[in-house]
Formats: sequence, C-alpha cells, structure tokens
Amino acid sequence: MALYDTRRRRNHIAVALAIGATLFGLAWLVLILAVLLWEGFSGLSLAVFTQMTPPPGSAGGLLNPIAGSLAMTVIAVLIGTPLGILAGTYMAEYGRYDKLTSVVRFINDILLSAPSIVVGLFVYEIVVAQVGHFSGWAGAIALAVIVVPVVVRTTEDMLVLVPDTLREAAASIGLPRSLMIRKVAYRAARAGMITGVLLAVARISGETAPLLFTALNNQFWSLDMNAPVASLPVVIFQFALSPYKDWQALAWTGALIITLAVLALSIIARTLAAQRKSS
Amino acid sequence: MSVAPIVTAPTVTHAAVDTEGLTEKVSVRDLDFFYGDHRALKNINVALYRGKVTAFIGPSGCGKSTLLRVLNRMYDLYPNQRATGHVTLDNNDILSPSQDLNLLRAKVGMVFQKPTPFPMTIYENIAFGIRLYERLSKSELDDRVQHALERAALWAEVKDKLGANGQSLSGGQQQRLCIARTVAVRPEVILFDEPCSALDPISTAKIEELIDELKDDYTIAIVTHNMQQAARVSDFTAFMYLGELVEFGETTRIFTTPSDRRTQDYITGRFG
Repeated sequence: MALYDTRRRRNHIAVALAIGATLFGLAWLVLILAVLLWEGFSGLSLAVFTQMTPPPGSAGGLLNPIAGSLAMTVIAVLIGTPLGILAGTYMAEYGRYDKLTSVVRFINDILLSAPSIVVGLFVYEIVVAQVGHFSGWAGAIALAVIVVPVVVRTTEDMLVLVPDTLREAAASIGLPRSLMIRKVAYRAARAGMITGVLLAVARISGETAPLLFTALNNQFWSLDMNAPVASLPVVIFQFALSPYKDWQALAWTGALIITLAVLALSIIARTLAAQRKSS
Repeated sequence: MSVAPIVTAPTVTHAAVDTEGLTEKVSVRDLDFFYGDHRALKNINVALYRGKVTAFIGPSGCGKSTLLRVLNRMYDLYPNQRATGHVTLDNNDILSPSQDLNLLRAKVGMVFQKPTPFPMTIYENIAFGIRLYERLSKSELDDRVQHALERAALWAEVKDKLGANGQSLSGGQQQRLCIARTVAVRPEVILFDEPCSALDPISTAKIEELIDELKDDYTIAIVTHNMQQAARVSDFTAFMYLGELVEFGETTRIFTTPSDRRTQDYITGRFG
C-alpha cells in the first residue's frame, strides 16, 4: 500500500504542477487580451476606418495602414501560395522518396523558424538596395518569403495524410499522376491546405520587422506599390513609441484590429479543419 | 538464407489443367519480384484464362497480393520494387519499360481490400474514369454511369442520390461503387485484392455473385484468405506459399485432390 500511496502522491503533485503551469501561461494571455480590449475598444470608431493617420494632436484614423497591410498581404499570398503548394506537391507526390525532398524539408524548416527580421534584411539587400528605394513590392516580397515555408509545410503534411490506397485506386483506373494529384489528392487534402494558407496569412498580418526594412511607412493615402506603403504593424510600432497620447490610442486600436482579424482567420481555419475530420 | 534447389525445381503441375478451349489472357513466366533485396516472388509461372476466374490462396505474406500488383504494375508507384521475368497481356510484354502504365491500368482494373471511393459524388466517381479515355455527350455519359452501376448491382440503391458523396455509402456499397468505377473504364482484366475482407457476410455474398456475373465479360483474378470463397467463385485456383506457386489447377481438383502435400495441409486448415 505504501507503494501505491507514494505513486498517488506523486500523481497529485504532477497534476498540480501541470495545472499551475497552464494557469500561469493562460493568465498572461488573458492579461494581454484584456489590456488590448480595454485600450483598443475605446478608440474604435468609424473614423479609424475612414481617415488617414493624423499628425500628432489632430484627429485621424488608420485607413492608409489598413489598406496597405491588406494590399501587401494579398500580393504576398498570391506570390507565396502557388510556390508553396507546388513545392509541397513535389515533396509529397513526386519526390517523396528522393534525397532532395529531405534536404528541402530541412531547409524549409529552418526558414519556417527564421527570425523575420532576417527576412527583412535579406529583401532589403536584394530588392530595396538594388532598386534604390523602399516600396510596397519589397514589403510584399518579404511577406511572401514568410508565407512560402508555412504553405510548403502544410501542403506536404496534408498530402502525405492522403492514404496511399486512394492513390493506388486512382492509378488503377489509368489516371496519370498529374490528374490524380489535381483531382483526387488535392480534393482529399483541400481543407487542410486552405487552413495552411490562412495560417500563413495570420502569421504575416502581424509581422513588423520585415516591413520596416522594405515597405517602410507612409503618412498619406497611397497604394502605389512602387513607393513606400503604410502597414498596420509598422504604424503601431511608430505610434506606440511616440510620446503623443492620441497616437498611442490609435496604436492600441490598430493592435486590436490585427488581433481580431487573426482571431477570425483562426476560427475559419479551425472550422475547415473540423470539417475535414468529419467528412 | 539460401534456397534449396529442390524447392526451386518446377513444382507446379500444369498438366492437370485441360487447356483445350482456353486462351491465356495473361501469362506469367519465370517471374521474380523484389522488395529491395528481399525476393518476394520466386520463379512464378501461371496463366489467367480468358473469361475465367482464377483465385490465389495461401497464408499471409506468401506473395499473392504482390503477384496481383505485378499484373497492373501497381508496384511502380513505389521505389525499390522491381520485377524480372515475363508477364504478357495478349502477348504484349507488360514488364517492358516502354509499356504505358496508364493504358495498361485502363485494361487491367483493380479492386482493393479497403473500399476507396474518391472524395467526390457517386456519379463523378464513375464518370471520372470514363472521361479520361472517351469524349462523350452528357446523355451517353449518363448511360455509361447507369450501366456501370447496374453491372455492380448498385444502381437500385443509389439512383436517387447520385449527387451524394461516394464516401457516405456503407462499406459494402462503397466496394460495389469501386467495382462499378473499375468496370466503367471497360477493362479486359479485373484484379480483386481481398475484396470482401472488410465486408459483412451479406455484402460479401453480393460481391461474390457479382464476380460470377462479371466473368462472362472479363478475365478475373482474385486474392482471398477465405478458402470457401475461392471454392465458390473461381474456376482455377493457385496455391502460393513463401513466395512460390506451389500448385495450380482447376478449383474442384485443388480442393478435392490436391497433389502437393502443402496444398492439402493448407486447405484442410493444418496451417496458415
């Protein structure tokens, strides 16, 4: 019985530690969200979505950074998704047993966890420094570099989950591999692959570092991708560090907008993933 | 482990088969198969006769599924698997590197152990394969889909829900959908790889009836663990053991007077 009691005591201690750690982690999360909601909601108004960033001391909104962020995110996804899906498809379907695939997977995993400021510096070197000025294109390219590894990873993972029996069934009626991938494998993995793209969008929507070196910022309305473009993260960075109360309030509101957008994306991604399981 | 010469000597008795009036649709000569370095099939010689059902029986791991997967070169999907020897379909060597695999598989269809409907509607599951090789009008395609589902004895059950997802059907229905899908591309040979092992007895009976009906138009090979099933559905039976074809002959003879001791032990349930 003594042995059993010891084991039971140890179990209680372990459970208590695990719960404690969970609560400790959750508490900070809740605190961050609470402060964000508290500070952000008070500044939320129609003007935020209709007016440009103001000079200190006057009223204004976040229209130009919101538009800039949306534009750069869309372009980054348009560049990064096809590249990521094609690479992931190669790794899962054509080159599953090739040495090249394990090399690519290894490098991709490094890229996946590379600090985004490195990506920013890299694009600064190869785009901004060559062209001679900051631009929305450079910002979008930097974000695309972050999108690619996320999409590669999820595409490969999702395609590998498609059972080989389905591939064999497709082959057994004389389906060429390209058609099998497009019509059968993609269809079976669709929800997961879309989830991957949404996760990539969520990931880049908060990135500041790569944009500081590439798109820079813009006080005015501009969707000229050849010129510096404002973005929410950079504006938040600039406004939050400023000494002006109204700028700081706008920074909180911007942070709340990004958080809510990412929350919405995560919910959509989770819903899609749940559908995949049930179907 | 080296193979004793006495084992590799021709152990198959083809003499027992009265081949008069039979044509060899598929002929396998001196076939060896390797998973990497492992020799999974050893010097196989066997034939599938046109319009007949040939059953392959034997304990797990004896190579019967492997043999089936050579006949449509399914093994080609995977690395480090290779076959040597000769396998001919209507006198064309299908092991030749110049063989177009998609055309081969359109001629040699396969039904798997686990039902594998595609993630699409019932109608599309059938129409998909047809569209690969034929350009048909909508009404012709509808006819072909209906015909295939009728051949698979599934039409009555699904005719009102052709738009439903193929994966929403029951296991037995899914397997018949897979048979319909295979039949729809008009193959000449159909390979069944333990088609009933995941099904209940009623579905199994339906599939067996179906195989009996299909043999008028197709040459059929079936791998099964169920000896009663082999006895019921097949005209010829091949007994395989440890990668070798031990005995081949008419099903009635194999199950009543097998000439090899190992065959007799297996069918009487002494091992396997």
